[in-house]
Amino acid sequence: MSMIEFRSKPNTATTELERLSSRARQLILETVHHAGAGHVGGPLSVTDILVNLYFNRLRIDPEQPGDPGRDRCILSKGHSSIALYTVLALRGYLPVEELATFDAIDSRLQGHPDLRALPGLDMSTGSLGQGLSPGIGMALGARLSKLDFHTWVILGDGEIQEGQIWEAAFVAHRYRLNNLTAIVDYNRLPQFGWPDASGFTRDEPIDDPGGKFAAFGWNVIEVNGHDHEALTGAFDAATAHEDGPTVIVAHTVKGKGISFMEGDYNWHATAPNAEQLAAAVAELEGARS
Amino acid sequence: MSLTITPGATESKSIGLREAWGEQLVALGNDYANLVVLDGDLANSTKADLFAAAHPGHFFEMGIAEQNMLGVAAGLATTGYVPWISTFAAFVAKRALDQIRVVIAQPSLNVKMCGAYSGILTSKTGKTHQSVEDLAVFRAMPHVVTIAPADAIELQAAMTAMMEDDRPTYLRVTRDATPVIFADDYRFEFGKARLLRKGTDVGLISTGVQTVRALEAANMLATEGVSVAVLHVPTLKPLDVDAICEVAAMTGAIVTAEDHSIIGGLGSAVAETLSEHLPTRMRRVGWQDTYGESGPNDALLEKYGLTGRHVANAGLEILALKAPSEALAE
Repeated sequence: MSMIEFRSKPNTATTELERLSSRARQLILETVHHAGAGHVGGPLSVTDILVNLYFNRLRIDPEQPGDPGRDRCILSKGHSSIALYTVLALRGYLPVEELATFDAIDSRLQGHPDLRALPGLDMSTGSLGQGLSPGIGMALGARLSKLDFHTWVILGDGEIQEGQIWEAAFVAHRYRLNNLTAIVDYNRLPQFGWPDASGFTRDEPIDDPGGKFAAFGWNVIEVNGHDHEALTGAFDAATAHEDGPTVIVAHTVKGKGISFMEGDYNWHATAPNAEQLAAAVAELEGARS
Repeated sequence: MSLTITPGATESKSIGLREAWGEQLVALGNDYANLVVLDGDLANSTKADLFAAAHPGHFFEMGIAEQNMLGVAAGLATTGYVPWISTFAAFVAKRALDQIRVVIAQPSLNVKMCGAYSGILTSKTGKTHQSVEDLAVFRAMPHVVTIAPADAIELQAAMTAMMEDDRPTYLRVTRDATPVIFADDYRFEFGKARLLRKGTDVGLISTGVQTVRALEAANMLATEGVSVAVLHVPTLKPLDVDAICEVAAMTGAIVTAEDHSIIGGLGSAVAETLSEHLPTRMRRVGWQDTYGESGPNDALLEKYGLTGRHVANAGLEILALKAPSEALAE
């Protein structure tokens, strides 16, 4: 499927979204370095998606995290939690300094998102393949209460190997949930991999996710998941689609933004040491200036 | 003694539990605009079809896909609805268990998980559809209230109480008609066991529909001159520790009865309780660490040791183990 180039007028300037993405990436790396452990590759691949949603799309108010009319966002790939916490911090849901408590005892920032721990989270996730179903429940709840909020669910390309995703895909289409959008973070790099003719391959966890969702009746949009203008256009198109749910297949790069992390599976869940952190921050700062 | 006898039914009759469940859902749907039902393509078996006909806008067919169904329920619960799940006990307790753990039990979302066709009496469907371990599974999950009603009266009273409670709850529902043992004005209380009969020689502690057979056993033992107490435990969690200890103190010999594995269910719960608070000789009547098979109800109860006679025999067995002086004194 060819990629569609979306161009639109963003609410937040594209340059500002790019600046926020860079800032988020730096905070992610600093936090994981500080914690001494954590996922890196996946959080960096989903950063732009989260920044665009939280700063340019979601109808939310950090002062009213329980507002029944708010848009919902579920990070189904819960092991990228640090990316979500970072974006929530930048958006005003928690102090940026609190990121330093990530993974620590008594922290609101659990290794995987805990609905009851931190206001601003819309669902607990972590056991993969589970996020789309609660999204359907929220979309059905919106319809039943005649509320016009939209529900967004971010899926990893690895977790869509889970059968529950396709149970959910079937049901979301069956109910023609046009108030539900799934975004696949298609970074093509799983934790381990598969045997193949050459012996072993990591590329890719699932081929042509868009085609599979299309077969289940979904509206499919393919987009560059690191291009803010394109993401904005894709989100516009998803919310404008009236006949059922939309999936946005966001083509991304694991470890995006740091040259020595991009596309390298070794950075799936490795904390950068001080030297690596300094090099990464220098790259981000260089790109910002 | 603080336990008092809970009044019994005034007339002898049997009511189908699944019909009682479906009818009560309809009634609750009239009273609660936020009640919704999610079905796993079994509504005509569970009797959720009664609700679908009465409240079509609040009935959501989810197809044969239980993992998604429980996740959808969690999402609906966050938007203020109270989802009731319509599927079989065997499926809800295992097929969707990780979903229940992560998006319902851990965040303590208000989902009412109903397990129809629970236990061994599943209309000849056999071991795939018989739930031998559902109570053990849910009792072990933090936050999940676990209920096994004895009859239609208690089932409906429990459902009413569940709508006024916001905890995730598992409700065991037996398929077939069962003799009514409670009076019409019975009020269900979470964590409260019910003394149905006082006695001093043996205490029968039962849950779910096995309480009917515990009462049969008590009658059999009474004709042998044995004084029997019967305590019905509708909520395995929260558990009425005080009532269990009181019956143990009253009798000094306990038999548990459940249509469930003796591992992890009521028998385990009572053994755990008494070994900590009041060590007492026990026998556990239930599935003896085995799976079932297809067959007529009577044949299944007989083969798997679940009849009133089995409970009574366990009572005699434990009575014989009491110290001779203790037995003579009585």
